[in-house]
Amino acid sequence: MDSPSIRIRSLLGLLAILAVAWLAWSGIYKPLILGLGVVSCLLSVWVAVRIGFFDRAVFSLQVISRLPRYWSWLLPEIAKSSFEVARVILHPKLPISATIVEFDALPPGPVGQAILGNSISLTPGTVTMDVHDGKLRVHCLTRHGAEEIMAGGFNRRAAELTQD
Amino acid sequence: MSMMIDIVSWILLLSGGAFVFIGGIGALRMPNFYTRVHAASLTDSMGTILILAGIMLQAGWSLALIKLLAILVFLLLTCPTASYALANAALLSGLKPDAKTLSPDDKGRPTP
Repeated sequence: MDSPSIRIRSLLGLLAILAVAWLAWSGIYKPLILGLGVVSCLLSVWVAVRIGFFDRAVFSLQVISRLPRYWSWLLPEIAKSSFEVARVILHPKLPISATIVEFDALPPGPVGQAILGNSISLTPGTVTMDVHDGKLRVHCLTRHGAEEIMAGGFNRRAAELTQD
Repeated sequence: MSMMIDIVSWILLLSGGAFVFIGGIGALRMPNFYTRVHAASLTDSMGTILILAGIMLQAGWSLALIKLLAILVFLLLTCPTASYALANAALLSGLKPDAKTLSPDDKGRPTP
């Protein structure tokens, strides 16, 4: 549980992000539209308070600042495995060797594990099937893809992304 | 210059379309549920990225570019979540994947 002042700060931060998003999205600056914007931003913050978004510090600005570097690593991985999966699909013999990998997630928190699982799913040829008690179960289209996951690149990078 | 941008944009759009098409072929050719999900994820990730990048080049520096970027980010956040929900629901409802299991303890020795 954080102190009230930190909660107020992150609440105002969310309000600012929502306001900027509204202004950038709509592009129409008439009183009615701006008024609707104010109402919907306040409504969203109220819903966020109701679901307990501010009770636990789940997401930090630090993570967002590290995202560009993470994405610039993830994008080539996605491209590489896309070509691999496309090759398997178009191969006349359909050379699949479905393999399931189970391993412990290195990122300790729920956000880190969600980012890890989603990054693996986003890469074609590997889909996260289960995240439970810090253990991931990943279904891979080929044994080669399974070995890539076992090498632990995803796990290490996701842990670096979300560490304090 | 605009000719150059058009050419690059068309290459991106066509290759994105090709990935979506291959993903469709894969969804038909794959033998079971879990392997079909892999084919669909080809459409989700590579198809989305290439097609939206192609449209972004057509949009140029404008408000539309910011919106397209936001669409890309939201799609890349939600598609894997949907895939996970699908695969997890199948797993929990008892659909057994036809696959070998690898875990770090057995150093790559496949278990039946």
